[in-house]
Amino acid sequence: MISLTDFLIVGAVLFCTGMYMIVSKQNAIQVLIGIELMLNAAILNLVAFGKYDRMDNGGQMFSLFAIVLAAATTAVALAIILNVYKRFKTIDPGQVDKLRD
Amino acid sequence: MSLVQLLFYLMAFIAVASALFVAATKNLVRSIFMFFVTLFALAGLYVLALADFVAITQVVIYVGGILVLILFAFMLSGKETLNAVGELKRKFININKLPAIILAGLFLAVLITVIFRIDADNLAWIKKAQFTKNVILPTSATTENIGVNLMTRYLLPFEAVSVLLMVALIGAAHLSRKEGSSL
Repeated sequence: MISLTDFLIVGAVLFCTGMYMIVSKQNAIQVLIGIELMLNAAILNLVAFGKYDRMDNGGQMFSLFAIVLAAATTAVALAIILNVYKRFKTIDPGQVDKLRD
Repeated sequence: MSLVQLLFYLMAFIAVASALFVAATKNLVRSIFMFFVTLFALAGLYVLALADFVAITQVVIYVGGILVLILFAFMLSGKETLNAVGELKRKFININKLPAIILAGLFLAVLITVIFRIDADNLAWIKKAQFTKNVILPTSATTENIGVNLMTRYLLPFEAVSVLLMVALIGAAHLSRKEGSSL
């Protein structure tokens, strides 16, 4: 069978890729994709450990909750990105630097 | 090497390679469509971790919902994001990206070290689960158990997440309404 360490390593690589995207990208949509990558890495770890919990299904259940949370996050982030674009005419997070109206 | 292991390495390679392509490319359209591939490969990894219901949910919600939302955000947020297509001919490694690469690489080193030192296959509770046969087998049906657990043991998180979904729905509708139409 596949060992847990393999799953954890794949998750770690995906997590670091997502973190690189969040830090370096100059486009809010790509930052959002990076966040989704990090969430998926976390879900992969939950699912891999959830294999050893047949009675309570703790890992799989909370991975389902995490997927639902990701959907809610994306919906709100989409609305925020569209508002920012309407006001600033750009979605580069580095250029959106005004807090007041 | 068994077929399962071969499939695992194939899926892991596809997921990691497409994720790296998503991170590396400057073309937003290509990165969004490569993200499709990453999500499908991750669904395959969930199947190999014997979580078929989570895999189906991943395909339905992520690929069917979240990715379509991201595509909408991309299409509605103007054409100047497409200008990056023209400037692909620049240097391969941008000097501005160096701190981010160093940060991600060092964090990856820390994570790999922790993973190898914790030796996850020999943890106490995993040994106990294997001893008491509390392990999901490839032949066991898990979806029924998930349904029963969702309505009994995890009822409070279920209700909390439903309330949060409604809050997110109202919040998104409020944020994206027309400016000054009805305050």
